[in-house]
Amino acid sequence: MSGTQALSEHVREEIDRWVAKFPDDRKRSAVIGALHAAQHENNGFLTAELMNGVAEYLDLPTIQVYEVATFYSMFQTRPVGRHNVAICNNVSCMLRGADDIIAHVENKLGIKLGESTKDGRIFLKQEEECLAACCGAPMMMVDHRYYENLTVAEVDKILDGLE
Amino acid sequence: MSDDKVTIEVDGKTIQARKGQMLIEATDAIGAYVPRFCYHDKLSVAANCRMCLVEVEKVSKPLPACATPVTDGMKVFTKSAKAISAQKATMEFLLINHPLDCPICDQGGECELQDLAMGFGRDVSRYQERKRVVKDKDIGPLVSTDMTRCIHCTRCVRFGEEITGHPELGTTERGENMKIGTYIEKSIDHELSANIIDLCPVGALNNKPYRYSARAWEMVQRESVSAHDCVGSNLYAHVLRGTVKRIVPRPNEAINETWISDRDRYSYEGVYSSDRLLTPRVRRAGKWQDISWEDALQELAEKIQSVRADRFGILASAGATVEESRLLAQIAEHVGTANVDHRLRQQDFSDQDADALFPWLGCEIADIERCDAIFVAGSSLRKEAPILAHRVRKAALAGARIAFANPENDRYFFDVAVDLNGARLVELLAGVAVAASSGKSLPKAVSRICKGVSASGEQASVASMLRDSNNGLVLIGNLAIHDEAFSAVRALAAAIAELTGCRFGIVSEGPNAAGAHLAGLLPHRSMGGTPRTTAGKNAAEMIEASLDALLLFGIEPDLDLGVPDAVSRLSSTGFVAALTAYDSETFRQAADLLLPIGTFAETSGTFVNCEGRWQSFSGIANPVGESRPGWKVLRVLGNLLDIDGFEYLSSEDVRDELLAALGSYKPDNRYGNTRELPAPAKSNGAADVPMYAVDPVVRRATALQLTPEARRSARIGQRR
Repeated sequence: MSGTQALSEHVREEIDRWVAKFPDDRKRSAVIGALHAAQHENNGFLTAELMNGVAEYLDLPTIQVYEVATFYSMFQTRPVGRHNVAICNNVSCMLRGADDIIAHVENKLGIKLGESTKDGRIFLKQEEECLAACCGAPMMMVDHRYYENLTVAEVDKILDGLE
Repeated sequence: MSDDKVTIEVDGKTIQARKGQMLIEATDAIGAYVPRFCYHDKLSVAANCRMCLVEVEKVSKPLPACATPVTDGMKVFTKSAKAISAQKATMEFLLINHPLDCPICDQGGECELQDLAMGFGRDVSRYQERKRVVKDKDIGPLVSTDMTRCIHCTRCVRFGEEITGHPELGTTERGENMKIGTYIEKSIDHELSANIIDLCPVGALNNKPYRYSARAWEMVQRESVSAHDCVGSNLYAHVLRGTVKRIVPRPNEAINETWISDRDRYSYEGVYSSDRLLTPRVRRAGKWQDISWEDALQELAEKIQSVRADRFGILASAGATVEESRLLAQIAEHVGTANVDHRLRQQDFSDQDADALFPWLGCEIADIERCDAIFVAGSSLRKEAPILAHRVRKAALAGARIAFANPENDRYFFDVAVDLNGARLVELLAGVAVAASSGKSLPKAVSRICKGVSASGEQASVASMLRDSNNGLVLIGNLAIHDEAFSAVRALAAAIAELTGCRFGIVSEGPNAAGAHLAGLLPHRSMGGTPRTTAGKNAAEMIEASLDALLLFGIEPDLDLGVPDAVSRLSSTGFVAALTAYDSETFRQAADLLLPIGTFAETSGTFVNCEGRWQSFSGIANPVGESRPGWKVLRVLGNLLDIDGFEYLSSEDVRDELLAALGSYKPDNRYGNTRELPAPAKSNGAADVPMYAVDPVVRRATALQLTPEARRSARIGQRR
């Protein structure tokens, strides 16, 4: 399948909103926003159809969309679990015990960073860089929400609460 | 010293450089060598390989010469200890991940990385770590990939973005995982795409059909000229013991710059097709048998002498060289017939007396990119002449407005101002002509065609685009030439050019339509465009007339002729002799005598390209089987027919005699007809000749036939 039909009406509206922010001949600038919108509606990952759809909608060669989607770690180009769990391990969080939390989560879920649980519930994001919440280290982001001052018990509670 | 010059010093030598020029251009200009991988003078500056680091006085760190603009008084050291140490360090980094597989790499011996590693690399690697490996991808039948060898110079990526405008390769992922590829496995299919092989400085992108078949140092390089379109791209053939192994571009800024089309690069495979005709063959009592050259030519000469002159005809392809065309025309004149033609797919000859001296582009090839408005009508330019399409794209990028009028809309990778679509080219153009004539009267030739026609908004904008230009060009191409109403189409295009003050040009068919015209391979004109007293039969008439004897030169009856049932018509022609490089079922059906001639690779000769440039070349390969260069066969045939002065010892003799006879002449595309042309009854456009089916050699080039483009057109052909 190709063409913009791969994109829902809502995604297309979102892309229009991004396109409007840039000069008329700079539609390419909207590609990150567009991919975000497309990924969000597709349980957190992009498919070739979606990327082709974005390319056609923004009038770009498909390869230029693939380049962006594969470059940024915030885009997933293969199927992943529904919930995106990103545990920061930059300096502040690391000093406050992020490594232990990561080890605990890996152990608890039986997967490594970058993998998804078999039931498709949780995707443990590859190495996450600083999310600018050092004041609440250690922290993690679950589906765009920040959780700060984490303890192992608290992480368990949050993860168990994910459907 | 003028304002746009600066004075710099390179390795102690004072030189002048243009302001804003990059350092590497200045050092290249005086031959001060600076190593590089990513820099290429036809591509944008990326400065990502860092190999061209040089020392500049008063700058603490070495600077990349490709991305450092010259400034007045700059002192540059390309060979200082600091520069060399920086270059060596860069080389060490580039080699960290590069495999040590030169002995099995096709690029070995002609590799920029290998050469520079000899000059700048350490003899022992300090790295013990594992090297990065990239999974290989299939990007189609033309280019082989070994992306583990890639050093990420991005020349191939920039080629797609900047030269073709159709990026197919890109850099996906990042850091250690960054790789060049298509991401989704697909073949690259732009008609210039194989130029990335030459751009790739390492062995990552290689020539797929040539792969593993020779080493650079075993081959000899011979000059040649493209035989597949009217551009006449300059080529180098790399030849191993008389066999062409591959074709690469021979740079010529006036024609093909440093590029060639994929068709020119891979057509040589057709030279070694298994269906080459190896010996002369004759049909005796319905059975084909081999015959010696002497007997074959004797039989042909006797046959020609035995038929009535006006019942004999000669049909040659526009792929015949100037020399072959001239000899064929001379043979016809000696026999006393005007039945000679090379316009094989043309259908409408009604206005042929208004032909120019030869179909001319109207300007030089390099001029195209300086035009500010171009109107291309009846031409799938990308397929017909990829290099011309590239020049048009360059004009578009420089701000020119480009319009098309075609049966189908092709994809062009630039902004197209107006794209007129419709099966009837005459209607598309008539509206433009009417709009162009506002306030002026239409030329008489087209007044009846334009009667009652009104211009659509789009047609009017084409006209105003051309009228507003200072340097406009109107081009018609192969689709127009094959149109049932070619006369009307040409008259209209010429009228549009005249009314809007633009130049008018023709993208002719084959490599030598211009040369065939000059040599007199036409029923209505002899050498140099002199009108014949009585016009002979044109290509279509010759086939339909079922002559008593017909000589075919370089033609496949079922594929090269515009007449749909040509093969059965030829079967009812008295005697058909074919000078051909190939044997096939249709030849056996249609012909009575087959004489093996060499392809473009095995003959010397001259092609005159669409800008009127004469380009001579010598044979690059040993002849296959008993085939002989066409001009030699014709020369002997001429002797057997007792033609006076047929004592040529070389193809140059034929060419020089023709050149002397032509004297000085000027290309002129002014359409001279002042007679009113009738409104055409039929005006359906002809079917497009697929890009990889233009001539017998290309049709047998295996790799080209495997491309998506060839398979697509084969499918369409089946549906017809």
